[in-house]
Amino acid sequence: MNKTVNQKAWFLILPVLVLVAFSAVIPLMTVVNYSVQDTFGKNEFFWAGLEWFEEMLGSQRMWDALGRQITFSAIILAIEIPLGIFVALNMPKKGFWASLCLVLMSLPLLIPWNVVGTIWQIFGRVDIGLLGHTLAAMGIDYNYTQNPTAAWITVIVMDVWHWTSLVALLAYAGLQSIPDAYYQAAKIDQANRWKVFRFIELPKIMGVLMIAILLRFMDSFMIYTEPFVVTGGGPGNATTFLSIDLVKMALGQFDLGPAAAFSIMYYLVILLVSYVFYTVMTNLDKRDGH
Amino acid sequence: MSDRAKKSGMALPKINGSAVVMGLYLLFLLLPIYWLLTMSLKTNSEILNSFTLWPQNLTFDNYMTILTDPSWYTGYLNSMAYVVMNMVISLAVALPAAYAFSRYTFLGDKHLFFWLLTNRMAPPAVFALPFFQLYSSIGLFDTHIAVALAHALFNVPLAVWILEGFMRGVPKEIDETAYIDGYSFPRFFIRIFTPLVASGIGVTAFFLFMFSWVELLLSRTLTSVNAKPIAATMTRTVGAAGIDWGVLAAAGILTIIPGALVIYFVRNYIAKGFALGRV
Repeated sequence: MNKTVNQKAWFLILPVLVLVAFSAVIPLMTVVNYSVQDTFGKNEFFWAGLEWFEEMLGSQRMWDALGRQITFSAIILAIEIPLGIFVALNMPKKGFWASLCLVLMSLPLLIPWNVVGTIWQIFGRVDIGLLGHTLAAMGIDYNYTQNPTAAWITVIVMDVWHWTSLVALLAYAGLQSIPDAYYQAAKIDQANRWKVFRFIELPKIMGVLMIAILLRFMDSFMIYTEPFVVTGGGPGNATTFLSIDLVKMALGQFDLGPAAAFSIMYYLVILLVSYVFYTVMTNLDKRDGH
Repeated sequence: MSDRAKKSGMALPKINGSAVVMGLYLLFLLLPIYWLLTMSLKTNSEILNSFTLWPQNLTFDNYMTILTDPSWYTGYLNSMAYVVMNMVISLAVALPAAYAFSRYTFLGDKHLFFWLLTNRMAPPAVFALPFFQLYSSIGLFDTHIAVALAHALFNVPLAVWILEGFMRGVPKEIDETAYIDGYSFPRFFIRIFTPLVASGIGVTAFFLFMFSWVELLLSRTLTSVNAKPIAATMTRTVGAAGIDWGVLAAAGILTIIPGALVIYFVRNYIAKGFALGRV
């Protein structure tokens, strides 16, 4: 659609601007403020320059957390995106079963995040959980509070459980929009299943898939509540992701300066990656003629 | 003929294959929830002392504990209050903005749109402490409106994003015809345009509900007693006397119910809604 130039449209944006300025810009300025100042309490602050940034950049703790965070996001994206597409391809197209699948699949998405954590905390416990008990009965040594590998597997399986449906539902919406004529043409050309997917379905769902990847990347990169409830960041620091580390630093130890410097770099990393995804997404949108 | 036979012969197992895949996937999704449900219907001694696949002595005591104790059920009311406030605020500011983005070009529109989206990308952990200080300093700490405004941080950009997708699908000729017919902008917007994007508004409301209802970090940081959300109340079961597993499970099940109801009402729009109107 070709849009008209209208500078007065700014007035329609104004309410959003005021609200977001209040709830985003003011707090963000506070963070910037803390990141360049030091304090000995009593509300006395003095200029510290880029000291905190240097300290954080030199701190092994932040790099470790960042490494764990990137590993986690990469693993869950590598599992959830293909699995979500696979599930979407197998979903019933219409009727009662389609509705039932949609409702049941949306269920994990609407559970408060700490309850998701609680569900898996209970489910994985060796003494009272179905999963933990079954694994123990099979002779597998599984204890997510003591074994880092088990903790990682639990957190990843939990995230797959929690969010794969989002990818599947997005891909499903994309698949629903493909006209039947495309499939008929493929049939005439005697295209096999893989070719239909590769040349018809995949290009058509690319747009929504980018939304899925963008959302999943952002949300997995800021994950806090679920792993915190299940493992508390442990054992040791094995599942201490960026947000968990940040909250520990800011609200636990009240190290405002380093935490603020950490926050800003954390935010910038997310912005950078999201900007790349966003650019790809808008280009796809344009190509499809929106 | 043989070709057709081969094709129909292939079609049959494929349908079964899909059913098996979906069956396994749904089993994977529902098993942990089922486990929580059975636990909420067991007594603590049954949970801890014997491993049973379903409750041997069915009990509703855990639910009674929650529904009769004000410190429990006010948690639900608090959560509901700020979620609804957030939905109203977010929709009210996002509707005109989304209209502007979907219809007009203006100075800085693309940058503005991305800047809005960046707020959806802001980690709540970054904002927890500044929010606490901001709302404390203006005397809104521990109120529902504070949580609603804090959640607007990520919900308003999301609402603008989804609504813009839906509004792009409404032909522009409708606007022009209405203006020629003498409608003023507010009247046109409320009487004609809003009903046209009603399904988009419904889907947006669903997403706003979803992200506000599930969030805990900010809502916990900004409240202490009067506006404490149910999700934060749940951490209370971890007491000195150990964890009250039954009550914890029952509270968990009760937090799933509002979401399940909302899904039931929007089930026909879910697929389109998840594509944010872009299909």
